[in-house]
Amino acid sequence: MTTVPASWYVVLGILLFTIGALGVLVRRNLIIVFMAIELMLNAVNLVFVAFARQQQAMDGQVMVFFVMTVAAAEAAVGLAIILAVFRNRETVNADEVNLLRW
Amino acid sequence: MLTVVVVSVIKALIVIGMVLNLAGILGWVERKGSALIQDRIGANRAAIFGFAGAGLVNTLLADPIKFLTKEDVIPRGVDRLLHTLAPCVALFPAIVAFAAVPFGDRLRIGDMVVNLQAVEIDVGVLFLLAMTSLGVYGVVLGGWASNNRLSLLGGIRGSAQMISYELAMGLAVVAVVLTYGSLDFQEIVRRQGHMIGGWIPAWGILYQPLAFLLLLIAGIAETKRAPFDLPEGESEIVSGYFTEYSGIKYLMFFMTDFVEIAVVSAVVTTFFFGGWQVPFLASEGFVFPWGWSVPLPHVVVVLLQVAAYMVKVFIFCCLQVLVRWTMPRLRYDQLMWFGWKVMLPLGLANLVVTALVLLWIQG
Amino acid sequence: MFFLLSVPLVLFSLGVVLARSPVRSALSLVVALFLLAVMFFLLDARMIAALQVIVYAGAIMVLFLFVIMLLNLQHEPVETARPGQRTIAGAFAVVFALVLGAVALRGLPTMPGPGVEVAVTPSFGSVESLAERLFTRHALAFEVTSVLLLGAIVGAVVLARKIPR
Repeated sequence: MTTVPASWYVVLGILLFTIGALGVLVRRNLIIVFMAIELMLNAVNLVFVAFARQQQAMDGQVMVFFVMTVAAAEAAVGLAIILAVFRNRETVNADEVNLLRW
Repeated sequence: MLTVVVVSVIKALIVIGMVLNLAGILGWVERKGSALIQDRIGANRAAIFGFAGAGLVNTLLADPIKFLTKEDVIPRGVDRLLHTLAPCVALFPAIVAFAAVPFGDRLRIGDMVVNLQAVEIDVGVLFLLAMTSLGVYGVVLGGWASNNRLSLLGGIRGSAQMISYELAMGLAVVAVVLTYGSLDFQEIVRRQGHMIGGWIPAWGILYQPLAFLLLLIAGIAETKRAPFDLPEGESEIVSGYFTEYSGIKYLMFFMTDFVEIAVVSAVVTTFFFGGWQVPFLASEGFVFPWGWSVPLPHVVVVLLQVAAYMVKVFIFCCLQVLVRWTMPRLRYDQLMWFGWKVMLPLGLANLVVTALVLLWIQG
Repeated sequence: MFFLLSVPLVLFSLGVVLARSPVRSALSLVVALFLLAVMFFLLDARMIAALQVIVYAGAIMVLFLFVIMLLNLQHEPVETARPGQRTIAGAFAVVFALVLGAVALRGLPTMPGPGVEVAVTPSFGSVESLAERLFTRHALAFEVTSVLLLGAIVGAVVLARKIPR
């Protein structure tokens, strides 16, 4: 594990991020779109941790810590929004949530 | 290098053996205990030559054979993959959680020093929290994959309950970690080695009595047993999330229950009752405050410590069995009220007070 | 070891995006996050690895599964994607990956130091070193995050509450 250059982790991160972006673009289910966003965040986390290891700087890991906190907050609010949308419109399809009102 | 691997494998096998056997024995203790509490004889059909005490051995053998030879029913319309996966997902984290808990001090064999702990990591407490937080997946998956409304209800109840009580558990653990200033279980146990005033063992219960109660209650809630057995709730939703399970998969859910009891007991023992520490037992033998001392060889000391650890864990397992057969089930709103409005504020208050006292002591 | 982790990681990530049923999608994500945690652990980020499992796998994903089960989202019959959207999205993803890759390739050679195979001090990635940075250089961000969390709690409660009509 320790013999892998950092660039491989960057490539893996790019791959994961792209998969996440693809999910956001292709899927219509709000919850899955949401999960794809989490995947993108984690791709970035991976690159942060790899660079922190390479640069011997803990700041990278601190950043991951913050990303996780923000992701938790985002998940709570986002899922609450999805619940509210479902309660009003009986759907979690992004295409059908096209009125900017309740 | 090879010896390190061999030693690690042996330690892992010892831990797994201990856990699984304890789970089996607890199955018997639970039956006998419930009979005792309900004033009936109970569980006396597995006796050997009329001697009911031997039923323990018999139960250990007969139960698995019975479960293994039963038909494994997979209902129509279930998600087969997830249905099979759920019991494994439930059992795995519960057993792995034991890896970080030390069952003895360092053992010296010749030049080699073996730390009696399956995995030596400096964030052992976090590892344990991580594993217990994974335990919820077994419930959620079992409830979802069974394609049964009652199972689904059980799964939803289970996930809500376990997330809620995890917070109180986490807060209690943080207070303990603050007290000892370490996230390593072995270190935490070592800090409990000295005596207060030469007489009283400095066990965590003296420093953190409230955290002990919180951790025990939250732990029982995490194991989903009465009075917190709403995900199972046999009088309301059949068997909750494992209604649709039979044979070996049911056995795995069943085992998970007992392994989780053992995990809670092990954590409580390690945090609050000195882990493998035996009062007055130093590394050279017993040293009593009134001047006596009994020198003992190193191996005996270590064996005594391991035995003490097991006895303590077993006592707390029995306590949980006792609780399970004494308490009535909570109502769902009571469960949530208790978790969020009693446990959580108490945990927070305990944490703040602990931090303030520490600040005061350290100037 | 790297490939042992990264290949399943990519496969499960694809599973998140491609799975028909939301539950399977969420479970793939859980496995992917767990694999990432193992990777963090091997990269000497032990604290982060444990947090990854506790926060992501233990809390966030359970929340997702809870909502999926609460809304009882079974298999969707057909994704009602607009015609051509998939191809456009796919093309976009490829271009996106290429652009990111190009930027990374341009940036990487200029970075100082060798690869990840540098020797680390034993304290690297420990709780102490993380906390030391967190509460000195990033103390302000830490405090702001706590306010953010409070806001998120209030927001989530307000949104999820049943509105009396």
